Amino acid sequence: MQPFGPSFRRALGMVVLGLALTLPAMGQAQQAPADANTLEAVKSRGTLICGVNTGLAGFGQPDSQGVWRGFDVDYCRAYAAAIFGDPNKVRFVPSTAQNRFTALQSGEVDVMARNTTWTLSRDTSLGFDFTGTNFYDGQGFMVKSSAGVQSARELDGATICVQPGTTTEQNLTDWARANNIRFTPVVIERMEEVVGAFVSGRCDAYTTDASGLAATRAAQARPDDFTILPEVISKEPLSPLVRQGDPRFADIVRWVHFLLVNAEEFGITQANVQQAAQNDTRPDVQRMLGRNGELGQMLGLESNWAVNVIRAVGNYGELFERNLAPIGLQRGPNALWTKGGLQYAPPFR
Amino acid sequence: MSDSTIDPRLLRAPPKRPLRLSWSDERVRGIVWQVVVVGIVGAIVWWLWSNTVHNLEVRRIATGFGFLDREAGLPIAESLIEYSPADTYFRALLVGLLNTLKVAVVGILLATILGTLVGIARLSRNWLLAKLAGIYVEVIRDLPLLLQLLFWYAILQGLPGPRQALNPAEGVFLSNRGLKLPILEWQAAHSWTLLAFLAGALGTWAFRRAARARQMQDGQPRRIWPVALALMLGLPVAVWAALGAPWSIDWPALRGFNFRGGMTISPEYFALLLGLVLYTAGFIAEIVRAGILAVPHGQWEAAQALGLRSGQVLSRIVLPQALRVIVPPMTSQYLNLTKNSSLAVAIGYQDIVSIANTTLNQTGQAIEGIAIIMLVYLTISLSISLFMNWYNARIALVER
Repeated sequence: MQPFGPSFRRALGMVVLGLALTLPAMGQAQQAPADANTLEAVKSRGTLICGVNTGLAGFGQPDSQGVWRGFDVDYCRAYAAAIFGDPNKVRFVPSTAQNRFTALQSGEVDVMARNTTWTLSRDTSLGFDFTGTNFYDGQGFMVKSSAGVQSARELDGATICVQPGTTTEQNLTDWARANNIRFTPVVIERMEEVVGAFVSGRCDAYTTDASGLAATRAAQARPDDFTILPEVISKEPLSPLVRQGDPRFADIVRWVHFLLVNAEEFGITQANVQQAAQNDTRPDVQRMLGRNGELGQMLGLESNWAVNVIRAVGNYGELFERNLAPIGLQRGPNALWTKGGLQYAPPFR
Repeated sequence: MSDSTIDPRLLRAPPKRPLRLSWSDERVRGIVWQVVVVGIVGAIVWWLWSNTVHNLEVRRIATGFGFLDREAGLPIAESLIEYSPADTYFRALLVGLLNTLKVAVVGILLATILGTLVGIARLSRNWLLAKLAGIYVEVIRDLPLLLQLLFWYAILQGLPGPRQALNPAEGVFLSNRGLKLPILEWQAAHSWTLLAFLAGALGTWAFRRAARARQMQDGQPRRIWPVALALMLGLPVAVWAALGAPWSIDWPALRGFNFRGGMTISPEYFALLLGLVLYTAGFIAEIVRAGILAVPHGQWEAAQALGLRSGQVLSRIVLPQALRVIVPPMTSQYLNLTKNSSLAVAIGYQDIVSIANTTLNQTGQAIEGIAIIMLVYLTISLSISLFMNWYNARIALVER
């Protein structure tokens, strides 16, 4: 009798295959996590993967040609321009309010630019780093004009549409408790469907960040049928975020935002950045645009990274004008600090 | 289980052989392979576990189930138990679990009834009825369930607003806020009445058992319905009347934005229930049809030849044999319905998945959240399986 029959050899083959698959993986588990150097991972991949909204006019939405447009989307392009010198080396991954955090935690995306509110628990126990408020927002309510509601305090007994897993949802319950207002929630995950429920009359009011309300209102066939109530019930500092544990990559994301704000302050625009890089005599502009000093290298980027970013997307003010002004948003608190707003960036030095 | 259908020869122990420590011994080979396989599976599990723990640590993501005691702060629209956003995550998840059970239990009952009716209708001699049932099954089975749910939800949203609510009967309002029904205000007397009804049902069951036993002896069938009527209707009414016959109705009325009072069936719940019932009933109808067709035609003819009425033929002869074929695939359908109820997130019904998703989103503890969801579905599904296996064993034909 043969000691090793064909079935044995087949089984042995399977064991070897199994070991071949698991052993290298075991070796990997002992190493530092693969993404501790996100910048290297992004560079070797050749594209940045950026988490964006599934569809919010002004912030992140594909247009009729399927090209992603929006304020957050332009931030993603700015990161790609900073890293690769090419704003198109970015892949957009749409994520809902509920799956955005797992997408970033699991490494499915490198950075999340998706109107996400900076809170303490998200900064700590969720394992993220918020990189700087690129939009100061606050939560409001929208109702149908025909309802004749003038103030959010009149919403007692109302049915209110809200997206789950958001600060909006928690603020709503806090506010209702504080003001002794009873409401029935309708909680739907996808923004398109929660807006659809509100528009169809399933809810008396829809609540989200004021910017989101403006975007939704602007996207309706007849925006005048909808009224945004005057109350703003919360602070919503929206900020791009990255995984904790990679400060170098967080620095890049943070300083791209500071670059955009500083560029507006210095009057550097998409149109004049090339010229400014060569002719501008202001020392801080020369440092920022990489003609002097080694600020780019300190970030682990090319020395002309700032020129690439501005040339690709423009400065903060241009981003705002291009994306958010059309949906009816004013600069408000997002004006530069020199104009009485809150947008203030540390110096390039 | 249904041991009775197993060939007794298979139960006889095989002849014993001494164990030889050699590769040519079948049992030694078997043991070695089992050890190897268990080892590999164990190693993979260990690796997954340690890798996860390591990565969670590196990324500084909080772990553990401590969050269950924290304040949830999430609003829940419908709940079978008292709930406010100030309650804990644990209670919020419990509300979600009960909401899942609410749709699963009602859904299974209704799908079984509808599916059985459609299945029988498909076998009907009435041409129109049979064709309609056939069209129903083919259309419903072939469309994705998620699409159907969104369809029903969109239709319910198309209903008029609360101010223009349809009012088909006194106190009944149908609007895009849901179906509003008047409800009995529950009082202590009603609990006693319910108790009397349960006692009556128990008494009826006992009487029926005794009547059966006597029929077995003397062959005389005895009427059960007068006793059942007296015990299950007369007794509760008597108890209720003795306690002063209290009753008051909570009527829904339009106040401000919405209706207050009464009972609500929300559009989210109704759309989910409707979608699940219609979809699953399509499959159940086919299972019932297959089960009935599996009973040889001779059984019908023999039963008719004995002079049984057609209802009796169905209930005494055909169904007991058909159930043998029906019950095992029916278990799968019940499990499917329960698991499909997780599509609730798409239309905003707050079941366990919806609430666990929000919880894991707010706490960032995805692994714990998913583990809770899996545990819940596993528990529900295993319970259904155990019950159906027990039922299957009970109705299995005893073959000699």
